Amino acid sequence: MSRLDYLQRLEAESIHILREVVAECEKPVMLYSIGKDSSVMLHLALKAFAPGKPPFPLLQIATGWDFREMLEFRDATAQRHDLELLVHTNEEGVRAGVKPWSHGAVYSDLMLTQALRQGLDKHGFDAAFGGGRRDEEKSRAKERVFSFRSAQHRWDPKNQRPELWQLYNARKNRGESIRVFPLSNWTELDVWQYIHVQKVPIVPLYLAKPRPVVRRGAQLIMIDDERLPLGPEDRIESLSVRFRTLGDYPLTGATESVADTVPLVIREMLLAKGSERQGRMVDHDGAASMERKKQEGYF
Amino acid sequence: MALSATASVGDIEEYLERHAHKGLLRFITCGSVDDGKSSLIGRLLHESKMIFEDQLATLEDESKRIGTRGGELDYALVVDGLAAEREQGITIDVAYRFFSTDKRKFIVADTPGHEQYTRNMVTGASTADLAVILIDARKGVLTQTRRHSYLVSLLGIRQIVLAVNKMDLVDYSEETFLTIERDYREFARRINLEAITCIPVSAVAGDNIVVRSERTPWYRGPGLLEHLETVPAGDPAVADEAAPFRMPVQWVNRPNPEFRGFAGLIASGTVRRGDAVRVLPSGRRSTVARILVGEADVAEALAAQSVTLTLTEEIDVSRGDVLCAADAPPTVANQFEATIIWMHDEPLLQGRAYLLKIGTKTVTATVAPIKYRVNVNTLEHLAAKKLDLNDIGVCGLELSSAVAFEPYNQSRVLGGFILIDRLTNNTVGAGLLHFALRRSQNVHWQALDVNKRARAQLSHQKPCILWFTGLSGAGKSTIANLVEKRLHADGRQTYLLDGDNVRHGLNKDLGFTDEDRVENIRRVAEVARLMVDAGLIVLVSFISPFRSERRMARGLVDAGEFIEVFVDTSLAAAEARDVKGLYKKARRGELKNFTGIDSPYEAPETPEIHVDTTLLAPEAAAAQVIAHLREAGIIDAFTGGAGLTWEI
Repeated sequence: MSRLDYLQRLEAESIHILREVVAECEKPVMLYSIGKDSSVMLHLALKAFAPGKPPFPLLQIATGWDFREMLEFRDATAQRHDLELLVHTNEEGVRAGVKPWSHGAVYSDLMLTQALRQGLDKHGFDAAFGGGRRDEEKSRAKERVFSFRSAQHRWDPKNQRPELWQLYNARKNRGESIRVFPLSNWTELDVWQYIHVQKVPIVPLYLAKPRPVVRRGAQLIMIDDERLPLGPEDRIESLSVRFRTLGDYPLTGATESVADTVPLVIREMLLAKGSERQGRMVDHDGAASMERKKQEGYF
Repeated sequence: MALSATASVGDIEEYLERHAHKGLLRFITCGSVDDGKSSLIGRLLHESKMIFEDQLATLEDESKRIGTRGGELDYALVVDGLAAEREQGITIDVAYRFFSTDKRKFIVADTPGHEQYTRNMVTGASTADLAVILIDARKGVLTQTRRHSYLVSLLGIRQIVLAVNKMDLVDYSEETFLTIERDYREFARRINLEAITCIPVSAVAGDNIVVRSERTPWYRGPGLLEHLETVPAGDPAVADEAAPFRMPVQWVNRPNPEFRGFAGLIASGTVRRGDAVRVLPSGRRSTVARILVGEADVAEALAAQSVTLTLTEEIDVSRGDVLCAADAPPTVANQFEATIIWMHDEPLLQGRAYLLKIGTKTVTATVAPIKYRVNVNTLEHLAAKKLDLNDIGVCGLELSSAVAFEPYNQSRVLGGFILIDRLTNNTVGAGLLHFALRRSQNVHWQALDVNKRARAQLSHQKPCILWFTGLSGAGKSTIANLVEKRLHADGRQTYLLDGDNVRHGLNKDLGFTDEDRVENIRRVAEVARLMVDAGLIVLVSFISPFRSERRMARGLVDAGEFIEVFVDTSLAAAEARDVKGLYKKARRGELKNFTGIDSPYEAPETPEIHVDTTLLAPEAAAAQVIAHLREAGIIDAFTGGAGLTWEI
């Protein structure tokens, strides 16, 4: 038996990846989505470059429909660690008035995919860290740790670079960039266990408490502000809920739960019968939709 | 032990603690196309309850719509995640899946069977400790079975499971199973694979996947999952801990003037505060002052940990150096024998320069010579001057600077490397270092006192290479000849290397294949470099059709000393001139590999000088070159060189 436990080895592997990018790329950035995976990724970055600060900024793609608690958490986190925080919103999409509930795929393309590409291009980043994990979804399971993008941000899944051992090729031509996934080999359980063991701060929305929700089909949508359109048949209920995954509040389904601590969340997760992305309406439009989004530049 | 819905916080923590200390087994599934690799993994995930209800619903739906099992659950659809894979019903790229049982955690890489996608199989195999090699019981041992077994052995995977699949389609015949087992073991012995467990399975019907099946009463071994849970994995991390300390330096951490730390992932061994360490390749010694894991100071760290070390003495350490135990350092060398697995459509050519990344160091590497190529089917050694896609060859390797290394069978970190194309930046090959070649250990660069600068000062000129490239008949030699005459008349010391002339002597052993063209240019570039060193203005007039070799030649001399002259003309114009009658011959098929006809010409993208001979007469073109030499300060504006001074 190794004297290191599994989480220690995962941590070391991720730190190695983070440092490799900083050593080989000119202008890296960390895509910070404020979710649990981003929290773990940031925690790893703080360790990787200690006693200094991570030598790159955080970039958050804000849609205007983010949970308020997420934005508060984001600002507090950046301030606590004295990190440079960049926030980008696709103003064109805002002006066009696309709404999460009425514009479906157009909304996610404009406000997430296009916004991300704009944000990366605006600052000329040549490498971007993302919190994606291979256990999340079928097309992610196929992706390299260093995932190469053309100047148009396209992913070519049929022609990925070979990636052997822990030797990552970060070389690219002008205009091309790399998406890097330091958490590739982490599972959802690993992430939660790490949060528990290392006491990584997370947005309170992951923990159960009574929140105002309405039913939309099979999903429970939390009313985070007065902008969510309500019909006469809508009934606002106060239920003890939490979120397994976080996105825009009108698109993120809550689950009923009493798990108000991390160990209880882990218990629920181990007994769960549905996958993590079930609560994410963005990922539901059509089979292989994640792959298509990724090809177009989504994370 | 599963967790119950009423487990207390204490129970959960105990569960997690146990889970964190479970052993990890990383394995791959490989073998030929349609042997059922993806189906097998889908089945394993299902049996270990890793498929959620919503995923199962999607699978049921997709099995009916696009499945290949007549509406029955098609487990391959769980793993084949790319749209192209699902359309074609094949696996293109490696998929990583995670599952765990009460005894172990598993990371499984499902690798593609098609020869075309071998590089993706190698990607998966490079991090695995065990390989499950599948065989279709109806087909037996195939070429791809042998290829994958060979690669598995090469990459150092020692534990093999031979899963003879689709037993349901051969009526669970013991005889069929035993014949395949015998065939396979005979091949495996020849490639040094010893720890082999053979299991008859049916991924589709579920036989011998988890536990032993009643339909194979003659089989007395374990079920596949049972075996994977208990097989001694030979955890490489444990072996690495016992070896001497080595850490490639990834990054120098200098957050403030008081702190200078060296960050890296420990490749092997243990390091303690106060340990004497050596920096390679420089050989300087120092002592470990602090060891940081994150922000915490620790007294000791071991293999597979990412740390930041500080040293007591201020010595020069940078990315790419290797920190190691002072009393047990690895060897430093710049010439090696290595095995290369070629992974790109463009072949590897002898003499062409690539970037080589090993550990955290990237250097330039040239392959010379290729000793042999391996026929993976018969294991024969074949003579070769190039390696095509998926070829495996043993080669000599020459690096632009020395690196610390260990043989691959001792250290994957200090013995494994990748080759990167310098133009496209693609990863084009992977390799394993075996040993340093003696000639590099004993032949040292002799530092000489009379150098290029001294010689150049004496002759009052700035040495350089004028590299004329272009199609045959473009006018290279005519223009080069005129330029040399003008320089000579000015009192400059020059030499003209002409393609045709050099092929009569130095390069008379070379033909016109791509490999020989690369070697032709390499030799000429080296000769030109020596002449620049001697202080001459060297004019090189060669078709030199490949960008890669011109770039190599450029890299041999200092910045500003290489001037690329693109003698540009249309193929039609060159063919119309056809001074030597070569185009006519080539068109008649009497001349093979003729540039522009059946061999490519890669035009320069940013030449220093671009002359278009469809517009300019040779005299005007020569004047354009001379004017550039003046502007670039190679020669002075006045006639005669005496008394000039200049700075390098």
